[in-house]
Amino acid sequence: MAEQLLKVRGLKLEGLSGETWTPIVNGVSFDLKKGEVLGLIGESGAGKSTVGLAAMGFTRDGCRISDGEVEFDGIDLVNASAAVKRSLLGKRIAYVAQSAAASFNPAHKLIDQHSEAPVQHGVSSKSESEADGMELYRRLRLPDPDNIGFRFPHQVSGGQLQRAMTAMAMACRPDLIIFDEPTTALDVTTQIEVLASIRDIVEQFDTAAIYITHDLAVVAQMADKIKVLLKGDEVEESDTRTMLSNPQEDYTKSLWAVRSFERPKKPAVNTGATPIVSIKNVTAAYGTVPVLEEVSFDIHEGRTVAVVGESGSGKSTTARCITGLLPPKIGHIEFDGQALPLDYRRRSKDQLRQAQMIYQMADTALNPRKSIGEIIGRPVQFYSGKTGSEKRRRVEELLEQIELDPGQYINRLPSELSGGQKQRIGIARALAADPKFIICDEVTSALDQLVAEGILKLLANLQDTLGLSYMFITHDLATVKAISDEVVVMKDGRVVEQGPKDEMFQPPHHPYTDLLLSSVPEMDPDWLTTLLDQRGVDNIGDAAVNKMA
Amino acid sequence: MSNLLFVIAVLAAAVVGGYLFRLIGQKTTQNRPYFRDMPFLVAFGYVFGAILIFLCARLYLQPTTLESGVPNAVTIFFRWTVHLIAGLALAAFLFRLAGRNIGTDGSKRLFRQMPITASFGILTIILYCIVALMPEVFAPYGEAEVFAKSYVYPFGDPAANGDPAHILGTDEIGRDILSRLIFATKNTMFIALAATILAFLIGGIAGLAAAIFGGWVDSVISRSVDVLMAIPALIFQLLLLSIASFWANSYGIPMVLFMIVIIAVIDSTRVFRLARSVGLGIVAMDYIEAAKLRGERLGYLITREILPNAMPPFLVEFGLRFCFVFLTIASLSFLGMGIQPPSADWGTMVRKLADFIKFAQFLPNAALLPLFPALAIAILVLAVNFVVDWILDKSSGLKG
Repeated sequence: MAEQLLKVRGLKLEGLSGETWTPIVNGVSFDLKKGEVLGLIGESGAGKSTVGLAAMGFTRDGCRISDGEVEFDGIDLVNASAAVKRSLLGKRIAYVAQSAAASFNPAHKLIDQHSEAPVQHGVSSKSESEADGMELYRRLRLPDPDNIGFRFPHQVSGGQLQRAMTAMAMACRPDLIIFDEPTTALDVTTQIEVLASIRDIVEQFDTAAIYITHDLAVVAQMADKIKVLLKGDEVEESDTRTMLSNPQEDYTKSLWAVRSFERPKKPAVNTGATPIVSIKNVTAAYGTVPVLEEVSFDIHEGRTVAVVGESGSGKSTTARCITGLLPPKIGHIEFDGQALPLDYRRRSKDQLRQAQMIYQMADTALNPRKSIGEIIGRPVQFYSGKTGSEKRRRVEELLEQIELDPGQYINRLPSELSGGQKQRIGIARALAADPKFIICDEVTSALDQLVAEGILKLLANLQDTLGLSYMFITHDLATVKAISDEVVVMKDGRVVEQGPKDEMFQPPHHPYTDLLLSSVPEMDPDWLTTLLDQRGVDNIGDAAVNKMA
Repeated sequence: MSNLLFVIAVLAAAVVGGYLFRLIGQKTTQNRPYFRDMPFLVAFGYVFGAILIFLCARLYLQPTTLESGVPNAVTIFFRWTVHLIAGLALAAFLFRLAGRNIGTDGSKRLFRQMPITASFGILTIILYCIVALMPEVFAPYGEAEVFAKSYVYPFGDPAANGDPAHILGTDEIGRDILSRLIFATKNTMFIALAATILAFLIGGIAGLAAAIFGGWVDSVISRSVDVLMAIPALIFQLLLLSIASFWANSYGIPMVLFMIVIIAVIDSTRVFRLARSVGLGIVAMDYIEAAKLRGERLGYLITREILPNAMPPFLVEFGLRFCFVFLTIASLSFLGMGIQPPSADWGTMVRKLADFIKFAQFLPNAALLPLFPALAIAILVLAVNFVVDWILDKSSGLKG
């Protein structure tokens, strides 16, 4: 029986909204033994991060612990003095934040930031901790471990930075590390490497950890036991295998069920049919920096083409070429068999109307000073010339199509809507133009899984009723599986592979597609272990991508 | 030397007192977290503040005349300051109280959330505007009416060279100061408002155009603005005004027009910088891209998509610019290049009466003569700043 390390009982937290304190977390309890990993999962706003920080005895500004106890190794952290906390934090309890890029100080070298905590706490001298840092970098499989520490944060990649941050948390050999969504902002091939490194090093040093994430498949790889939170309430807790195979509560079951949505297969496209949009040999550059090279693919009527690739692969740039914001250097875009002017300023109103766009961040895509009615009403009036009651009727019809009650929402501002609702307004604005073709740029990646699922289903329904064609840009292969008919895989500005969805998810693959597919975490808790056994540490993720190049 | 020793003694007392204060707090409250985790500087601040309040009270309570019969100027001025601040605060408080009980539900709610500083600012601005709109109603005498006795001291006490007919005294050629102050409100505020609005039109349009078009348009406008900003503003304004005074004479155009345009052009460079950076932030948003791809024209982009989002920083900048323009006019008048006599102006009044400051030690009443116009400037600038702060605070909240 391992030693008890952290005991949290009936933890309640309150946040200051306006002038009143409202509860954010209503009584969470858990235990953590030495070397044990607890996964905290839930949607955004569930209170995961708040609980994680409270386990360190820390609250953000405008938050306070209103009730309950947090006991770390016999020390009462809720009532501990600032001096006691200072001696614990960084030394025995460490924290790894979601965005390593925002958490490192850009003005100092990695190794200097690494050795700050050990020197401060008197654990080791500067030179000792630097030597130890290099050893940790080696164990975390960072390239060139002896020298990488002498770089500045902007000189290493995101995945490497996240591992350097993990090394920094390890610097004093803490008993407990809080990981707050450490891989959420990373590409799948980068994520898998970071996951493998984190799991490895936590095991090596027998460190206890709280792993906060919204991704079930990730937590399945990392945690010994899982606790599910919903809006500040505990839903259930059990060890990982039981939780995955036999969830008890309805909410947990609904989380598990999300990944099962998949729309029925459509008949093959008639050969010889004119595609609605055809991208022909497009080569484009930002100034002199080439971003796209000879990209060609077709999108047929009523079909969804998913464009997949990592960040920087040219997916969004392809969209900018189609919309005319970035005229290609070579090649052209055909719409319904006719070549479009390359620059959007030279396209006719009708050409602009036919192709619409839905953006990733609904927050920046909707003007915060305009009401929903104005946002959707403007394209209606602009393209169809409808005004007054006619325009209002059309706006109400559109709101009904996106499953929002017109009477309730038409006069609201975007800030009064949830993330999923904002994205629906983005869809309605695109539909208001009565288009044939819509570009969806990562429309679900900023949303919680359940909400994203709702958006995908809505898009699928709209496609069936209105006969729309979609170009669906995403880096999430689960989304691709759910919605697409055809898949285009891009890497470094080129199309690596393309074809119908079924073929793409069946071997044989192009080596890059294979790597992408194999890097997507699965719900099976043995998935990462099996993969590492099969391929070896050096043949997964970015390491393998770099070998190909 | 003894003053320096006194300051050191006060600081030392606060250091020791702060340490003791925290220690006693910890002992008597059984180590409650508030005292336990109190940083030393906070404890020091409490004790230091207490000492300052004590010293102020002692200064306030000292007799107004020394034993030798000489007035105690420090105490007198300190009392005046305290009375002034207390009076203004009381007026602001009553104004807010009235606002909370009179008017529509919306205005009542506005007053309920209003800090006392903002209510002071709003009250002051309203009063200044009323006075500026109809100075004839409030002023006891005409703007350029000259009386027999010059340099009458304020407060109307004949024993102290006062005159009940001129409650705030008269100036160097015997004009009533209260009337001059009231007429100056109109002159100065009108020019300041006109110059600020013009500066915003020029700078705002140029800045947003630079942000939207970018490229060479942006470069040309920005570099021209850099050139204008490279010349020290006050010297440049003096130079241009002296050139303009020649034109004004030869073509018969009122000098006031030149003044407004010159101040506006020089100030518009600052507005341009703000408009451009705010505009760049908004132009990068996806909803602007969506509007461009819809095929919207430039006018729609600026008025419907960009301006509503740029309003809060613009409003705040408008308030601040107004203050700066106001001070510029006062400085120019003080230097003799601004509003010309017989028109009344606060800056000119300060200059003409400035010599009386030297008498502060012996004739505190006389020293007030230049302080009245200075106070009129200070209170308005302070009021505008308070209101601007409040708007900034409101608009940077969650509603923004």
